[in-house]
Amino acid sequence: MSDLSAVARRAVEATTAAGASDAEAYVSRDGGRTVRVHGGEVESLEAATQTGVGVRAWHGHRVGYAYGTDLSEAGVIELAGRASEAAAAADEDEFAAPPQPAEVEALPGLSDPSIAEWDTSRVVDLALTVERTALESDPRLVGVEVAVYADSDEQVAIASSAGVAGEYEASSAYAYLSALAEGKGARETGLGFGLARGPRGLDPEAIGAEGAQRALAMIGAGKPASRSCPVVLDETVAASFAGLIGGGLGAKAVQRGRSPFAGRLEEEVASEAFALYDDGRDPEGPASAPFDAEGVPRRRTALIEGGRLRSYLFDTYTANREGTSSTGSASRQGYRSLPSVSTSNLVVARGSLSLEQLLAEAGEGVYVTDVAGLHSGVNPVTGVFSVGASGRIIRDGALAEPVREFTIAGELVAMLSAVKAAGAEPRWVPFGGSVSTPPLLVAEMAISGS
Amino acid sequence: MTELIDQAFAERVLSRALANGGRFAEVFAESRRGQSMSIDERRIEAVQSGAEEGAGVRVVDGNTTYFAHVDGLESAELERAADEAAAALRAERRAPQPLQAREVTPLPIERRPEDVAAERKAELLRELDERARSRGDEIVQVTAVYAEARRQITVANSDGLFSGDDRTRTRIAVQTVARRDGTVETGAETLGAHRGFELLEDDPGQIAEQAAAKSLTLLDAVPAPSGSMPVVVGGGFGGVLFHEMTGHGLEADHIQKGASVYVGKLGEQVAQPLLNAYDDGRLPSEWGSDAIDDEGQPTQKTQVIEGGRLTSYLYDHLTAERDGVASTGNGRRESFRHLPIPRMTNTYIAPGDSTPEEMIAEVQRGFYAVSFGGGQVDPATGDFVFGVSEGYLIEGGKVTRPCRGATLIGNCLDALAAIDAVGDDFFMKTGICGKGGQKVPVGTGQGHVRVATMTVGGTER
Repeated sequence: MSDLSAVARRAVEATTAAGASDAEAYVSRDGGRTVRVHGGEVESLEAATQTGVGVRAWHGHRVGYAYGTDLSEAGVIELAGRASEAAAAADEDEFAAPPQPAEVEALPGLSDPSIAEWDTSRVVDLALTVERTALESDPRLVGVEVAVYADSDEQVAIASSAGVAGEYEASSAYAYLSALAEGKGARETGLGFGLARGPRGLDPEAIGAEGAQRALAMIGAGKPASRSCPVVLDETVAASFAGLIGGGLGAKAVQRGRSPFAGRLEEEVASEAFALYDDGRDPEGPASAPFDAEGVPRRRTALIEGGRLRSYLFDTYTANREGTSSTGSASRQGYRSLPSVSTSNLVVARGSLSLEQLLAEAGEGVYVTDVAGLHSGVNPVTGVFSVGASGRIIRDGALAEPVREFTIAGELVAMLSAVKAAGAEPRWVPFGGSVSTPPLLVAEMAISGS
Repeated sequence: MTELIDQAFAERVLSRALANGGRFAEVFAESRRGQSMSIDERRIEAVQSGAEEGAGVRVVDGNTTYFAHVDGLESAELERAADEAAAALRAERRAPQPLQAREVTPLPIERRPEDVAAERKAELLRELDERARSRGDEIVQVTAVYAEARRQITVANSDGLFSGDDRTRTRIAVQTVARRDGTVETGAETLGAHRGFELLEDDPGQIAEQAAAKSLTLLDAVPAPSGSMPVVVGGGFGGVLFHEMTGHGLEADHIQKGASVYVGKLGEQVAQPLLNAYDDGRLPSEWGSDAIDDEGQPTQKTQVIEGGRLTSYLYDHLTAERDGVASTGNGRRESFRHLPIPRMTNTYIAPGDSTPEEMIAEVQRGFYAVSFGGGQVDPATGDFVFGVSEGYLIEGGKVTRPCRGATLIGNCLDALAAIDAVGDDFFMKTGICGKGGQKVPVGTGQGHVRVATMTVGGTER
């Protein structure tokens, strides 16, 4: 048993000693570094460690939560008291009950030793290579706003009075840049990024080249004419939409009537070309773990398949309320947050067409490479959306001039029903949570420009 | 005020941070405490309380910043952070300036929220729930959140600064869902300030009724139109338009990297002469106000646009040093785990002399955006987008039907220059602003403002 598990055990005991009928403690320790480079120099170098504990206390069917950074004997006792007091202030909820222990299958390979093996100068070089690759790609590439490398290695331990006990370690690394291109009297930005479990899994040249290519592609962008037309969503945009859909499939939103998918189980909600899974154990998935934020085993859940809505995502609370079992879908933003139902890794099924074939299939339309304003332009209850976008015109089945300052609008279920084909090459994208998706061809969407 | 670390120890940490050289070193210690709870389906839930302590140490050498942060305020931990921040440097030891304690008066808090019983906060949430539901049976759901947060900070740097602040913010937010037949609409409203529980003593329930009224109004909404047209923007949170389309582009880090459309525009006419705008971190009790910024610099009122002319950028310590100017007190950080960067505090367009009625009466066909769900900008290109949470058509000089699903898009410089009327009905609202992965509380404000032409992206077919 690690020192983290020992802290978790102590916190559980202190909380029941403070009067709680049940308790659960989640302890995490995170070590990481972030390198930001600009103009061939290191702009900042951060080294960080954070350790904390979050305790859920039950008083019968009342729940409260407390978190803190003081893991000393006295600190944990004080925190246990606060968790117990918080529970006393909550209302009774018959479905609030501690998760029961279950057999957890190990999930090796989540931690990449290259994080420890690569010293600071080596990851600084990686970030500098990202920036340099972009800058050297084209004379119109006038700068890089920032190029970043970051990694972290997290250890998690959980324990509860109901007998839940587990721990794991997982690492992640990413790099990105925002490249600046100039031409035709305007500046354009382009994002390039890569995700892996450690620095050795990142390709700095590819990341730099992607940012440069995205910025250069936007030079001379004008406003498209308003129309309804076929649209191809690139992987980053498809991922953002998949994230919105995943949010609507969480049982809490569904049970409280705040989802466009509420009451539609087994109904047709998409075309057959669109299938969506939540897979908390995908070996490639950045969010993979052996168990979720309340110790329930992670698993793969079919959400939308054959055009029909197959399942929602449940944590223990929403499962109790539904009379079903958890899909291992409790998540937290670290020890500071209560667990709540959320996606792990969303996986959009791949199709068979290359990007060129998708564009050819679209014929005349718009290729959307960026969307903005998702947090304000989407009604999560109804699924009605109108978001800012930029991309390229598709003419005669091929990419033509760049376009910006337009909106794409519609409704999520209508959009899914209009998905005509999925691309053959999926990619992991850190937007909309953690999503693997290919580009998607949507038969018709409303474009509003000039 | 309580010092989280004493002066002598702060000096020791700074000395260690400069052990391998460096131009500037800083230690930032923080204690964060908070409580929050919510009501949903008429039940009090998610009652939680947090207590975190920690410190961040940074050393600056040339154009590079070395930063390390640790949890806890134990001496050994802070010394470890100083050593880590200094680890990559290879130059001669430098001695920090002797520290000089500065007198700071934190913003006044009348009633400490942590002294108010949790049951009283739960009662408040029940009242919000009742008040929203009192607007009729079409209000089918109400959720409300209460949150209080106290941040005590002590900051010391190698230029001899030793300062601190004690900040308490309190906020409530209400969201309602209204349903009629198959139509579902949401409404939201918030109330927040750099104040204690006294903020909530004067009829906080009215925000619940306002949220409910918004969602009920939208039940009659038609899909929003699309196209270019005059847009009248509401007061208060309407100021988020200026926050996004100008405020971010004036933050000096964007300027110095050439990633802002306002580069080289200082002193130039960027708006019509009727426009005056400020960033003011000293507005009493305001959500985005603090006595000092997170680098220990006193906050100030900075005029950024005077008579339509661009007059100032917003600086933190490092960007000010680079431009050879004084910091404008805009160095802010989400917590001890983050580096300070130039951020807005309370940003607003000063009151003008039009009335909302006048500016609407002059519009034949246009859009009235009363409030936004939020917005986003790419400062480098100037492209922005805003989701309208409450909007109406303007037809023949009158506000007619409510619209759903409207988004405003455009480019900063064009839209700023197109502001042709500023209202006298000024007020402020609260927001949470995200930049570089850091969230900080900001105020936005204005009276009604009219933009002569803007693109509305609606869902009307």
